[in-house]
Amino acid sequence: MAVHTINFEPDDRYNAFLKVCAKPSHSEGKLAGIAVAVKDNISTQGIETTCASKILKGYVPPYDAHAVGLIKNAGAAIAGKTNMDEFGMGTSTENSAFGPTLNPCDTGRVPGGSSGGSAAAVAAGMVRMALGTDTGGSIRCPAAFSGIVGFKPTYGRVSRYGLIAYANSLETIGPMATNVSDVSLLMSVISGNDRKDTTSYDKPYAHTPSADIKGLRIGIPEEYFGKGVDPDVGTVVRRAIARLEELGAVTVPCSIPSMEYALAAYYVICTSEASSNLARFDGVRYGPAADTKKSWHAAYQDVRKQGFGPEVRRRIMLGTFALSSGYYGKYYAKAQVARENVRKDFTRLFSDVDVLCGPTMPTIAFKFGEKSDPLSMYLSDILTVPVNLAGIPAISVPCGKVQGMPVGLQVMGRPFEDERVIDVAYAYEQAVKP
Amino acid sequence: MIDADVVVGLEVHCQLDTKSKLFCGCSTDYRNDGPNTHVCPVCLGLPGTMPVLNRRAIEYAMRVAKALNCTVIPESEFSRKNYFYPDLDKAYQVTQYDKPLALGGYVGIEGDDGKERRIQLTRIHVEEDPGRLVHMGNAERGRYSLVDYNRAGIPLIEIVSEPEMRSPKEARKFLNKLRATLEYLGVFDPEKEGSLRVDANISLRGSERVEIKNITSYKGVERALTFEVTRQKNQLRRGLKVDRETRHYLEARGITQSARSKEQENDYRYFPEPDLRPLRVQSWVKDVKLPELPDARRERFVQQYGCSLNHARTLTGELKMANFFEAVVAGDGNGLCKLAATWIADTLAGELNYRSMGIDALDAKRFTGLLVLLKAGTITDKSGIEVMRVMLDERLKGETVETPEAIVSRLNLAKTTGDDAALLGAVHDVITENPKAVEDYKAGKNGALNFLVGQTMKKTRGRADPGELNRLMVEALKSAEQ
Repeated sequence: MAVHTINFEPDDRYNAFLKVCAKPSHSEGKLAGIAVAVKDNISTQGIETTCASKILKGYVPPYDAHAVGLIKNAGAAIAGKTNMDEFGMGTSTENSAFGPTLNPCDTGRVPGGSSGGSAAAVAAGMVRMALGTDTGGSIRCPAAFSGIVGFKPTYGRVSRYGLIAYANSLETIGPMATNVSDVSLLMSVISGNDRKDTTSYDKPYAHTPSADIKGLRIGIPEEYFGKGVDPDVGTVVRRAIARLEELGAVTVPCSIPSMEYALAAYYVICTSEASSNLARFDGVRYGPAADTKKSWHAAYQDVRKQGFGPEVRRRIMLGTFALSSGYYGKYYAKAQVARENVRKDFTRLFSDVDVLCGPTMPTIAFKFGEKSDPLSMYLSDILTVPVNLAGIPAISVPCGKVQGMPVGLQVMGRPFEDERVIDVAYAYEQAVKP
Repeated sequence: MIDADVVVGLEVHCQLDTKSKLFCGCSTDYRNDGPNTHVCPVCLGLPGTMPVLNRRAIEYAMRVAKALNCTVIPESEFSRKNYFYPDLDKAYQVTQYDKPLALGGYVGIEGDDGKERRIQLTRIHVEEDPGRLVHMGNAERGRYSLVDYNRAGIPLIEIVSEPEMRSPKEARKFLNKLRATLEYLGVFDPEKEGSLRVDANISLRGSERVEIKNITSYKGVERALTFEVTRQKNQLRRGLKVDRETRHYLEARGITQSARSKEQENDYRYFPEPDLRPLRVQSWVKDVKLPELPDARRERFVQQYGCSLNHARTLTGELKMANFFEAVVAGDGNGLCKLAATWIADTLAGELNYRSMGIDALDAKRFTGLLVLLKAGTITDKSGIEVMRVMLDERLKGETVETPEAIVSRLNLAKTTGDDAALLGAVHDVITENPKAVEDYKAGKNGALNFLVGQTMKKTRGRADPGELNRLMVEALKSAEQ
């Protein structure tokens, strides 16, 4: 197969990239010659992969993530590695060890996170498409904040092999682009079974978006327009849903009572898994080694204290605590019960409606430093985490503006009905196309 | 030693003899290769890698569970055991915790009281082996350690017994039986270094439990436990109490030593491994077939070959010995069963043990040849042992092993007969050379005859049949008297 190269010299004034590949090569295929940016927690053979953490500075993976291998085979050129909240832990990309990414719509505001670099690279037109990852909203949030389309596939529909794990049971790789068709195209390349990820399913996505949503039943969960959701954002999203009704969809008011505990359950589960996943970063095999002649135990402490940022340390400690003997039943086990309740609520709702719609984020993109206490930042994930707890597909598509900043419409669907979710977003996008 | 006060429980870790590792395709045949040559991103725990379960390992574990009469759980689960140690690449070990592969079961042993006993099992679970640390340097040159991940990800099963053994010797028997069973199942190679590791719990009734960690030999288990029994009894005798603690066994010195208390404070924070789905084996477990196991083979040896129970137990205690026996007697087409049982279980086993040789060092056909010579009366038992030793030593030195016939001929070991002139000559020589003994014999001292026969034996290098020689000696002494 012929190998070509492209020139990729972006004007990265937003700090979207941690690493730019100036002359990436590519082959033929569906994505031939398209520059695709890859979030820095997805392993790329021969290209430094740091998860925006000092602890992985200098780590060059000897292998490609399954999804990266697939886009390369489809002809994509790897444009570079994008900035993110360290290990995916954040909602603003402020938690990068290498400085925050700026929102191309307003450089005084965050691009959202944790896939903020991928979102900014797409929003600013530096690349046509990007890969992000979504653990609790990390694709949909920056898509909404930066005014692009971001899709979180059904859990298991895209292989996680090579995705540097933060919270395995919640996260997935997914596509980001300026329009639904490109998101769909990228999804068709990265989905499918992978023998190296035994939690993946043999459900390849081979779909061309269709704008026909006549008779579609849309559930509108009251919690998505309730406490903590900016009324202006709510108004814009309701207007978008009205547009879907004009296209022939039927709306049904509904409720997700389990959402009361969803955020708490999410933070217990993701920090628990993170405390275990991140334990391997000890300076022995990769990343900066301890500059010390201390015993291994003391050296580990030095490496980890210096290598992890404050939010990562906080979550490791939270998760370590939640899994400790004597607390496991009180936190981890309880969180699993709450998670099951969220699943059941979605199953119940999806027996009546085809999709659920609401805002992606409760507010528009915040200003830098606006969410200085961790809890208020965690609260902004309230509308995205239920999807991850249930493992269902969801998309964020731009649906208007508040104070000049983009707002995202979130569409959530039944497990493995990624196609339908994409169709709804496509129908909306086509209807409002200027 | 039967000791009503001793209670022992064992946790036995066995490497399953699969071709590839538990969660990746790396080869398990690492022992003759350099460090970190059998590794890949998965077993190095590189960021982003995920485990893929080796079905063969689960198949092997289910064979063990069935053979040990366990209940295989239809849906089990892998969990992460979190702790920091440089040999543990991911800083957690993937193991099974509250939903193990199998529960219950037992291992039948001959108890110290001679009766058959069933040592109950708690559970069997599957897990991955960590890597290995190699400690370098010394006090002057600065100490450091190297890490070898070749072993990381080798499949292990952990077999946990109830605290039902009543002596170090019973613990040894439990292990021997376990080893034989695993070997028969074809899932375990006892000869591979470090393929079996044991943690032993021991307490004296009414006293705290002590755990001895990471004993790596069968003999070590018995020795470590024997040391502990003595140590704990001494403690109690002195009016001190036995602390609940973890101790290490120092193989070279045969003692146990208290582990630093820090190592006991681990909170492993187990939780289900999110990268693996639950392990469902309900339809699979029915298809797991078992070969003939040690107990069944032992019974068959008694029935089919007329072996004594003790001989049958020894012969079937190791797969290779049992196979060797059956090869030698060739389905009893040669009528050598009884002779073979005695010679293999008693004589050969001892000679092999003395030389640290395995039974596969010997060719079964050669051994049959030796037994034929013995049965025909061509050589004496004593010469038989000599022939066996010559064959083993030749093998040990890497020389060509001669046939028994060739050895008999070369060393002139054929049994002497009554009219053998050389034998009669030797008898007369001994009588002439030992007048004092002859006097003693005449005086009715029975020991004198044994002495004279022994002297003749020496002269003929054991070739004479002892009964025959005795008769000849008495006759010669009688005629000397006349």
